[in-house]
Order: sequence, then structure tokens, then C-alpha cells
Amino acid sequence: MQSLRDTWLLFKHYLTMTMRNPVMVIVGLFQPVVQLLLFAPLLEPIAGTEGFPEGGAIGVFTPGLLVMLGITGSLFVVFGFIAELRAGVLERMRVTPLSRLALVLGRLLRDVTMLLLQALVLVGVAWLMGLRADPAGVALSLLIVVLLGLLVSSCSYAVALILQDENTVASLLNFLILPILLLSGITLPLTLAPDWIRNVAGVNPFAYAVDASRALFIGQLEHPAVWQGFAVMGVLSFLGVFWAVRSFRQGVA
Amino acid sequence: MIILETKELAKSFRVRGRLVEAVKGVTMNVQAGEIFGFLGPNGAGKTTTMRMLTTLLKPSSGQATIAGIDLLQHSRQVREKIGYVSQAGGAEGACSARENLILQARFYGITPHDANVRANELLAALDLEQIADRPSSSYSGGQRRRLDLALGMVHKPKLLLLDEPTAALDPQSRAWLWAEVRRLNAEGTTIFMTTHYLDEADALCQRLAIIDDGRIVVEGTPDALKRQIVGDTITLGLQFQPEIGHTVQDLLQQQSYIHSLEYAEQTIRLVVDRGSEALPLILRLIDDANVQVQTVELSRPSLDDVFLKQTGRSLRESAN
Repeated sequence: MQSLRDTWLLFKHYLTMTMRNPVMVIVGLFQPVVQLLLFAPLLEPIAGTEGFPEGGAIGVFTPGLLVMLGITGSLFVVFGFIAELRAGVLERMRVTPLSRLALVLGRLLRDVTMLLLQALVLVGVAWLMGLRADPAGVALSLLIVVLLGLLVSSCSYAVALILQDENTVASLLNFLILPILLLSGITLPLTLAPDWIRNVAGVNPFAYAVDASRALFIGQLEHPAVWQGFAVMGVLSFLGVFWAVRSFRQGVA
Repeated sequence: MIILETKELAKSFRVRGRLVEAVKGVTMNVQAGEIFGFLGPNGAGKTTTMRMLTTLLKPSSGQATIAGIDLLQHSRQVREKIGYVSQAGGAEGACSARENLILQARFYGITPHDANVRANELLAALDLEQIADRPSSSYSGGQRRRLDLALGMVHKPKLLLLDEPTAALDPQSRAWLWAEVRRLNAEGTTIFMTTHYLDEADALCQRLAIIDDGRIVVEGTPDALKRQIVGDTITLGLQFQPEIGHTVQDLLQQQSYIHSLEYAEQTIRLVVDRGSEALPLILRLIDDANVQVQTVELSRPSLDDVFLKQTGRSLRESAN
């Protein structure tokens, strides 16, 4: 009970803070929207080629961008967090009787809420550009994005607690982000890729999220990629949150 | 009544496969109602001890009881009893003092209405009303420190732990903080504070413990600790007169109240029992010998001398 109360308290607090300075939220949306406006049209000519998945250029690209938003947007929560660590804000909270679980869940809930808002805007823009997707499928793929956001945010916090330094985190992100995005088949579907890239992507959990979202967008709710995507994201996000909770419980400088 | 008690409280870390004993065993007790100073050079284990007492670090071994509650078994209950102001402070810069205080009160389960009342009380008490609704990132160092202190006091804790409360403060804010600590203490709050300023420990603390290399080397009132150091020091600067210097030296060595004497160049350094009584006698002797005294300095034993005696090192040197 106390955990719930504290989670709600912290969620409201963090949400207020984000709303007061929503720059990061807008910046986070900027890249996927630009991709949608300037890159999706480039896909039109190849949307008809063999190996390109069903759904047309925008129908294939939008679910990919949702996953990209979930990855990049959630990774960048660490910068605010490290600044907070340095100012001793988290330490101050840890000396109060606040539930340890709430310290993590309050933040994650805020992150996921903002991600959901961004995702809705992105889908809205895609709709204006002619996207006609299955509404139930879109709703379910937003759920996948939420799980993905939970996973990436909680891992980011856990890593930030280990590294505790913006510069190290920034280089680590730069190092990871491009291969993750390329191997998820976000910009160009992996069905176009040679076998070896497809094999490597097979161990990339984000590729599962992309495949599931694409199937959902065209209304194939029973496609095997859907349950696989939910399973992979569900298990990993649970493990991620568990890791973050453990890290918050233990040493925080 | 004892409000904080530790027995052989220790913490070791594993750093690159090597075991580092940050705190080897701290045994002390703090009485309810006192201002207790925890003194020591950087790296002595002060901060690690503070972090264990505030439940931020789990001790490797030993015991601690705070307000009658076992620290290792019931850290959550301990958190309800203590207030803590870290060196960094930890106020949310984007929020105003009022918002920070209300939120902090809510952390302790105080109702929104009562949190609001308490915030107003603290804003008035710490003279923050004028700036109460500005973002705290715009505050001066002193204002910020006042907010930090208010945040630690929001739930009226019996024991307030302050980590280096005056580090990096301007003299005016420092004086204000001393007064505030005394006021809180007079109102019944027990204060446990770390510091590496000797004058601060001396002026503010009723009792103190000195930690060095992970262990308490000495504990007591500042006066009792200083009394362990024998005598006051008198330093005389004489006008340069080669032979006469030795005359004075011979003369002073005959006086029974002088414990030791060092003579170098034009300076004589004496250790005596009661400096203020010995000084007129010594000056008269030298005057009778027709030697001119140019400078006189009388120094009482400081906590630095205590530290020097206990550890063989000067605290000022160790701190750097």
C-alpha cells in the first residue's frame, strides 16, 4: 500500500517536473517525426519490391519509428537522472521512509507516460500522412512500446547508477545506438537483408518488437511475431525493472 | 539517555579484488540533547560512517542503535526518526523552496494540509519567505543551505545528522548556521555533525569524537580533550643581540613553571602550565635582563594539538 501511495506521489512530482521543462520530450519526438516526413517518402519506390513487407511504405515505417522512439527517448532519461544524482536529490529521498520500490516505479511510470504521449503524436502525424492501420493493432503495439520503454528506461537507470558520469554514458549510448537501430530493421526492413545480418538480428530483442508492431499495424493479431514480441519484451522489461530496483536499493553515491 | 549508539560498526569495500576497510570499527554514543561533533581528516572514514548511520550504506559488521531502533534490522523505522542534510543538500533545483518542503513532508506521510502548514512554519523560521516561490536553483549558497536544513527538519526529527554543514559557505552564512544549529539544539534536537574545521567543532560541539584511519582515536568534550595536552605555548620574538639571547635562555631555564624551552635565532618558544599567569612573570624577567621583546604570542592547545598527539599528524596537513 505504501509503495503504491509513494509511487503515485513521485509519479506526480516527476511528471510536473517534466511538464515544466518539456524540451527533452519535444527533442525526443523531433527525430522520428523528421524521419517520417523526410524518409518515409524515399521508401515509396521500394515498397513494391520483392521482400518488402506488407503494409506499404508508411505502414511498415511507422511501427519501426515507434520502436526507435521507445529506444532513444528512454535512453536519454539518464542525463536528467545523473544531474539529479550529483545534486544529491536521490540521496535525500533515500534517507526518507519512501518505499524503495516507489523510487524506481515513480520514475518509470513518468517515462512511460511521456513515451505514450510521444507515440500518440507520432501515430497522429503518420495518420495525417496517409497511414491506415488496424486500430486494435495500433493499440496493442503501443503496449509493446510501453514494455520496451520500461526495459530501456530501467536499464538506463541501472547503468547510470554504475557509471555515474554523463560523459561515459554519452559515449556508451553513441556506441550502442546505431547498431541497435540498424539491426532492428527500423529504417529498412530486415527482410531485405542478407542472411548473416538477419541471423545477428535474431538475437536483437528490439527486432522482435519491430516485427510484432508491423504485424499488428496490418491487423495480423494472430501472427506468431506478435506473441513472440510480447513474450520477449514482457520478460526483458520485467528483468530490467528488477535490475533497476536492485540497483536503487544498493549503493547510491 | 543515549540516542545514537554504535558498537564496532565497520564497513569494507571490495575495490578491484582488494578489500578496503573504510571504517574499521567505530564505537561511540551520543546523548539525547547534545551537539556531537565527528571530526577527522578526509579519507578517515567520516563520510562512510555518516552514510551507514543514515541507512545509505549497509554496514559490513558491528551494531548501531538509533532512537532505540536497531539500524541493521529496521532501517526503515530509523529513517522516520532521523533528519539528514548531506553536503550536496539535495534540494530539487527546478522547484521552489515551498514545493521542495511540501513534497519532503509528504515523503514522511504528512497530509497535504499539514505539509503546507509545516512548510510555512519553516519558511518563516529560516527566513526564506521572500524567495519561497522562486526556483531554488536561483538561490545563493547561504539561502540554499537554509533550505537544505529546512528539508532535514520537516518532520521534526529527534536526531539531525549534518554532513559538513558549513563546507564552502561564506563567513556570514557560516555564523548564521552555527546560530541555527544552537537554536535547534536548544529546542531539543540532538545534532550529530561531521566537520573538518577544528574551530567549528570547538565552538559548537558539546562532545566530539575524532576518527582517524577508520577508528575513533579519542572521544570527549573539547575542553577535556585539550586538557590532555600539557600546557600553553608562549612564543617570544627578541631583538637580535647574540650573547644576550643565551643569557635569557639561562635565566628562563631556572624557572620551575617553565616545562620546556626552545631557542632558535631570535625566537624563544616556551611551554608553561598557565600561560596567562606565566606571561607577565616572564616579560618582567626579560625586561630586568635589559633585553627588548619585540613580539609576544600566547597560544592555548587547540584540537589540532589533540589530533597531533593522538595520531602523530596534524589535522590541517592531513586534510590537504
